[in-house]
Amino acid sequence: MSDEFPPDPSTGLSGSKTTDTLHPPDELAGSLTEALRRRVLTMNLAVTLLAVVLALAIGAVLIAVSSPSVIEAAGYFFARPMDTFSAIWNSVASAYSALFQGALLDVDELREGNIADAFYPISETLTVSAPLILAGLAVAIPFRAGLFNIGAQGQMAFAAIGGGLVGFGLSLPAGLHLVASLLMAMIFGAFWAGIVGFLKAKTGAHEVITTIMLNYIALFFLGWVLNQDWFQREGRNDPISPILNETATFPLLFGGGLRIHLGILVALGAVIVVWWMLTKTITGFRIQTVGANSAAARTAGMNVGRVWIIAMLWAGAMAGLAVSMNVNGTDKVVTAGIVGNIGFDAITVALLGRGSPFGVLGAGLLIGGLRAGGLAMQASTGTPIDIVLVLQALIVLFIAAPALVRSVFRLRGKTAESLTIAKGWGS
Amino acid sequence: MRLELRGITKRFGDLVANDDISVTFEPGQIHALLGENGAGKSTLMNVLYGLLTPDAGEIYVDGEPVVFGDPAGAIEAGIGMVHQHFMLVPVFSVAENVELGAESVGAFGFLKAQSAADAVRRVSSEYGLEVDPNAIVEDLPVGIQQRVEIIKALTREAECLILDEPTAVLTPQETDELLTIIRGLRDAGKTIVMITHKLREVREAADVITVIRRGRVVAESVSPQTSQSQLAALMVGRDVSLVVDKPEAAVGDEVLSVSELSVYDVTGRALVDSVSFQVRAGEVLCIAGVQGNGQSELVEALVGLHERSSGAVSLGEVRIDGASTKRILDMGVGYVPEDREHDGLVGSFPLAHNMVLDSINEQPWSRFGLIDYAKINKHGADLIEQFDVRARSADVLAATLSGGNKQKVVLAREMSRSLRVLIASQPTRGLDVGSIEFVHRQIIEARQSGVAVIVVSTELDEVYALADRIAVMYAGTIAGIVDPGISRDDLGLLMAGAVAS
Amino acid sequence: MSVTTRPVPQVRIAPPSFKRPLIMTLASLVLGSIFVLLAPADQQTTFVFNLGDTLVALPDWVVSSRLAATGFALAALACSAIAWPINTRRGSLFFPAVGVGFFLVMSFLSWVGADEVLPVTGLLQGSLLLAVPLVFGAMAGVLSERAGVININIEGQLLVGAFLGAVVGSLLANAYLGLLAAPVAGALMGLLLAVFATRYFVDQVVVGVVLNVLAVGLTGFLYSRFLTEDADLWNNPEVLPTIAVPVLSEIPILGPILFDQNVIVYLMYVVVVAVQVALFKTRWGLRLRSVGEHPEAADSVGIRVNRTRFRAVVLAGAVAGLGGAFFTLGSVGAFGREMTAGNGFIALAAVIFGRWNPIGALAAALLFGFADNLQNVLSIIGSPIPSQFLLMLPYVVTILAVVGLVGKVRAPGADGIPFKKS
Ligand SMILES: Nc1ncnc2c1ncn2[C@@H]1O[C@H](COP(=O)(O)OP(=O)(O)O)[C@@H](O)[C@H]1O
Ligand SMILES: [Mg+2]
Repeated sequence: MSDEFPPDPSTGLSGSKTTDTLHPPDELAGSLTEALRRRVLTMNLAVTLLAVVLALAIGAVLIAVSSPSVIEAAGYFFARPMDTFSAIWNSVASAYSALFQGALLDVDELREGNIADAFYPISETLTVSAPLILAGLAVAIPFRAGLFNIGAQGQMAFAAIGGGLVGFGLSLPAGLHLVASLLMAMIFGAFWAGIVGFLKAKTGAHEVITTIMLNYIALFFLGWVLNQDWFQREGRNDPISPILNETATFPLLFGGGLRIHLGILVALGAVIVVWWMLTKTITGFRIQTVGANSAAARTAGMNVGRVWIIAMLWAGAMAGLAVSMNVNGTDKVVTAGIVGNIGFDAITVALLGRGSPFGVLGAGLLIGGLRAGGLAMQASTGTPIDIVLVLQALIVLFIAAPALVRSVFRLRGKTAESLTIAKGWGS
Repeated sequence: MRLELRGITKRFGDLVANDDISVTFEPGQIHALLGENGAGKSTLMNVLYGLLTPDAGEIYVDGEPVVFGDPAGAIEAGIGMVHQHFMLVPVFSVAENVELGAESVGAFGFLKAQSAADAVRRVSSEYGLEVDPNAIVEDLPVGIQQRVEIIKALTREAECLILDEPTAVLTPQETDELLTIIRGLRDAGKTIVMITHKLREVREAADVITVIRRGRVVAESVSPQTSQSQLAALMVGRDVSLVVDKPEAAVGDEVLSVSELSVYDVTGRALVDSVSFQVRAGEVLCIAGVQGNGQSELVEALVGLHERSSGAVSLGEVRIDGASTKRILDMGVGYVPEDREHDGLVGSFPLAHNMVLDSINEQPWSRFGLIDYAKINKHGADLIEQFDVRARSADVLAATLSGGNKQKVVLAREMSRSLRVLIASQPTRGLDVGSIEFVHRQIIEARQSGVAVIVVSTELDEVYALADRIAVMYAGTIAGIVDPGISRDDLGLLMAGAVAS
Repeated sequence: MSVTTRPVPQVRIAPPSFKRPLIMTLASLVLGSIFVLLAPADQQTTFVFNLGDTLVALPDWVVSSRLAATGFALAALACSAIAWPINTRRGSLFFPAVGVGFFLVMSFLSWVGADEVLPVTGLLQGSLLLAVPLVFGAMAGVLSERAGVININIEGQLLVGAFLGAVVGSLLANAYLGLLAAPVAGALMGLLLAVFATRYFVDQVVVGVVLNVLAVGLTGFLYSRFLTEDADLWNNPEVLPTIAVPVLSEIPILGPILFDQNVIVYLMYVVVVAVQVALFKTRWGLRLRSVGEHPEAADSVGIRVNRTRFRAVVLAGAVAGLGGAFFTLGSVGAFGREMTAGNGFIALAAVIFGRWNPIGALAAALLFGFADNLQNVLSIIGSPIPSQFLLMLPYVVTILAVVGLVGKVRAPGADGIPFKKS
C-alpha cells in the first residue's frame, strides 16, 4: 500500500515484501568465536529452551495417557486415585530418565566404576549425530541459497554406491583407501544433487519436486545395484554388498565396545569448513546473496543458476560424507536401508539449526541424543521410540512460532526472527 | 456524503505516519490531499477505508460517528477507493474483479453468469468508462485497469470516491480524461478525494486543497489558485527550486549504440520492437513514456538481464548484446534498477556488503576467493559519508533505510566504479524532494564527468529537468527522439502513440 | 517540432519455438524404433479386455508383437506430427502429447507382452485404485494452494486419515464409521497447518514438513502402544465392500474399471467434480482463489483473507484424510507404520503437474497410478526391464514433465506468502 516501510524492530528486516532470510546476516563477518557468540545471542536461547520444555511436556502427556500401567490404575481411579498419579509419575519419569541417561551418561554404570559402559550413551549419541550433522549441512547450504533440498535422502543413497564400490572394490593402503572412498561418495552425492541445481538453473524446475522424485529414483537404483553381480556379496541372494575392506573404514576412537569412530571428527571438520566457506569466501557471499534476494543478485551480475548449482554440489558432497558415516563407519556394508531416515531427519536438523553450520551442529547433537536415548528408552521402559519423532516435530514447530511459545509462557516482548525459507513455488 | 476525520493518529512502531490529522470532505467537491512521498497520505486513506486501524481519532459520516474494522464496513457506508497499487486480481476477468466481495449468487452460492458483466456494462455506459467485462485484467493496459477500479467502486454505489495517486501511471491526455470523469462524478454529487504530489493537477482539478507534511496537516482549505511554488513550499517545508542547475552539455563521442533491439516475452510477443538509438559521452538521454511501454525491458536488455532479445548493442566498438550482466557491468556500465527494493539491494545485508554486491570478486574486496571484510567495511563507511546516506554506520541493514537513502546506496555503489555509461531507471520514484534533488545532482555530475547517461522516467518534470535529448517510447517502439524544447502537449501526444515528424 | 497521430502499431510476434514438437517427434522416433526392433517378429502379444461380467464379452486381441509395436509407434509419430502445425503461441500441445504418450506405451506393451497375456482392463483398473489416494491428496493440495497455503503436509494428512479410519472402523466394528472418522483426523492435521500458517505466519513449507514428522511420530507411537498390542481390537477393521453400480458396471472395459468399486472411489468422483465446480462456479471458489492470487485485493473488498485460508486448509485436510482411509478401509484393512509411503508427495507433484487445476491434477494422479501399476503387471508377466527401472518410471516422468514438455507452470500468485496486516 505504501512505497516503503520502516523496519520491524524485532527482525531488523523490512516489513514490506522484500524477502526475509532464514538467517541473520551478521555471520557474514567475524571470527569463529565471534560467530558462535552472535549465534547464541540471535538464536534466542529462551525461546529455544522453552520450546524444548513445551515439547517434553506434551510428550509427557502422551506417554502418560498411553502407558498401560496408567490405564490400568485409571480403571480404579475412584477407589485409589493416588495410584493413578503415581503411575503417571512413574511412567513419565522412568521414560524420560531412560531417555536422558541413554543419550548422555549411564549413571548406574558410573557408580559401579565401569567407565566404558558409563560413557556408552554419549558415544552412541555422537555416533548417531555424525551423519545427522553432515546431512543437516546438506540441507542447510541450499537453504542459504534459497533452495529447499528435500533430497538428502536420495543423494545419500546414490553416494553409498560410489563410496561402497571404492570401499570394497579396491585395495589401497589404509587411510588413503578411506579418503578415496569418502571422496567417491562425495562425488556421487554431488552429482546427484547437482542434477537438481542444474535443472533448476536451466529450466526453473522446482527443487522440491525434483528432489522428491530423485529420492525415489536413487532408492530404486540402489536396489538395482545391490542385485548386480559387481555389487552384490558373493553367495547372497538378498540385497547386500561385500564387507568393506578394513583399510576403508573409520578407526574407532576409543574401542572397548564404544562405537564412536573418527567420523564424528570429520563431521565437526565439515561444520567448520562449511562455516568458513559461507562466511569467508566469495562462493559463500554469492550463496547468501542469492538466497537473500536472487533478483538483486542477478542485477548485480551474479550468475544465479551457477550459484544454485554450486550450492547443490556442496550439499551433495555433504550428503555423501553423511552416508559414509554408516558405510565406512558403523555398518561397513551397503544395504538397501543404509540411509535409514537420515535424509529426512536432516531437514529437521537444518530447520532447528536455522540453516547455520553451528546451529546444525547443535541441532544434530540434540536430535542424535534423542535418537540414541530413544532407543535406550524403548529397550528399558517399552516406550516406543516414535515419541522421539513427536518431540522432534514439536520442538521445531515451537521454535518456528516464537509467538506461540511466548503466549504459552506469558512472556512479553518481541523476540526471535521467524523462520523463512521458501518463497512460494515461483522459481 | 460528508466525511469527517478528527484527530487521526497512526503509528508504525516508532514512526508516526499520521499525527492528529483532522480534515473534512464535502459532497460535490473535489478535495485534493497534497503531500510529498512518505507524508502519510496513503496511510490516512487506508485508515478511512478500514484497511488500517487508527491508534487514535474518529471518523464521522454525515455527522454520525462510525468505526470501520475492515473495508467491508467502509464499502457498506458508501466509500470507494482506487488504490495507488491497483487491487485487482490479475488472472481474473474484469467482471470477476468487479463482483468480488459483492457477488450476486443463486442457489448454493453459484455465481450468476451474466449479472456482473451486466453491472460493468451499465456503469461503463452511465459514466463513459469503456471496458470489456470479459477481458482478463492482466492483459489490459494500466489506464484501463484504473477504470476497472473506478467501476468497482461505482458498482458498489460509492458516494465517496478516494483516488490515491491516480495519475501516476497515465499519459497527460489520459490524465485529462480521468479529470473529466472525476468532474462528472463530482457534478453527480459524489464526494471526491484525490491524493497526489503533483502540483499541476491539483491546481487544475481540485476545488479545495489540504496539504500534509510528515504526518501533519500543515495547511487546510488552500485555494487551487495558490501558486505552484507556494504549494511546493507548503508541501516540503522550505522553498524548493523546481529546476536543476545544469551546465551546458559537453558532448563527446558516441559511447553506446543500440540498433534494432527487440525484446520478447515468454509467449514471443515483442515488448521492445526494433529500437535504435545512440548515446554520447557527456549527455543525458531521457527515455520518457507511460509505464509499461517497454522502457523497463529495454534497459534490462541493455544490461543483459533479459533472456529473449535480438539486435545489436555496442559499447564503444565492442558488441555487448548476448554478454552476461557481469561482463557488461565490468565494462563500465552502471545500472540503477527501477525497483531498488527488489533488484537493487539485499535488505538483510549490511550497507557495506550492498556497496560491493557487483564487484565482490574484484580486488581489493577479495583475493584468491577470500573476502577481505575489513576493506569492504571501510569502503562502505567512506561511501556513506560521501553520498550522505543517513545511517548510523555501514553495519546497518539495508532494509532499515528510508527510500531515499536506499537509492543513495545504490547510486553510491554504481558511481564508485569507473563508468562509461550510467543507466538509471525511475531513479526518483517514491522519493522525497530532498532525495530527488540529491539524485538529480549526482546524475548531472556523472554527465559532467563525461559519462553517457540514460535515464528512464515517467515523470515529465524529471524528464525536462535532466534531458539533453528525449526518446519517447510507445508500445515498444520509439515514437521519436526529440529535443527538450518540445512542448508538454506534444510530448504527451508522442507518449500516446503519435509520431514525431 | 510537430507530431502526428498514427494507429497503434501491430504487436510483433516472435516465431514460435519448435522445441516441444521436436522433442515429441524425437521421442516417438527413438523410443518407437527401440520398441519395434526389440519386439520379436515371430511372437504374439495377447491383449485381454475382459474383466468380470460385462454385457458383451470382448474377444482377446492376439497380434504379432512386432506388427503391433510398429503400428503403435507410427501412431505416436503421427501424433507428434500433428504437434508441428498447432505449435503456435496460443495452441496447446496437450492432446498431441497425450497421444504420443499413449501410443508409445501401447508400443512398449506390444514388445514386453510378446508371448504373454496382457490384461489391459485389469491394468487400468489397478491403476485407478493406486491413484485413489493420490487423487484425494491432489484435491487437498489444489484446495489449499489455490487459497495461498502451500501444502507439503498432504502426506501427513493421508497418514492420520488412514490411522484413525482403521482404529475407529475397528473399535466400532463398522468400516463406514471409520470412513467418517478419517476426514476428521485429516482436518485436525490441516487445522494445525492452518493455525501455524495463518495465525503465526510460520513458513508454510517448514510447517508442512514438520507436521509430516509429527504425523509419522504420533501414528507410530500409538501403533506400537495399542495397535500392535491388541491388533484384534484396535487394528482389525472390515474392508469396505465393493458396490457394483447397476447397469453402468456392465459396460465393457469402463464398467469394471469405474463402476465396480467401493464407496471411497465413488466419493472420489464426487470430490473431484465438487472441487472443480465449487472453485470456478461459486462465490466460495471465487473468493478462495482471490485470496490465493492477490490477498491484498481480496482484503480491500472486505474478504477475510486469513479466515478464508484457514477454512480452505482445514477442508483440504479433511479431503486428504478421507483419501487416507483408502489405505486401510479401502484396501488392506489394517494400518501399518508409515503406510502412505510417499503418496502425499506424489500427490503434490500431481498438483503442480496438473497446474493447480482439479481436472489437471486428476489426470496427473491417474498417470502416476498407471505407471505404478504398469510395473506391478509387468513384474507378474515378467519383463525384460529390471523392475527397479519400471518403479522409477513415474518419478522420471514427473521430472521430465516438470522440466520440459509442460512448459513453465504458474502457481497461484500468493501461494506460500503469508498475509499479514498492520
Ligand atoms: N504498513 C506499513 N508499515 C510500516 N510503515 C509504513 C506502512 N505503511 C506506510 N508506512 C510508512 O508511513 C509513512 C507514510 O507512508 P504513506 O502513507 O504511504 O505516504 P504517502 O502515501 O504520503 O506517500 C512512510 O514513512 C512509510 O514508510
Ligand atoms: Mg502513497
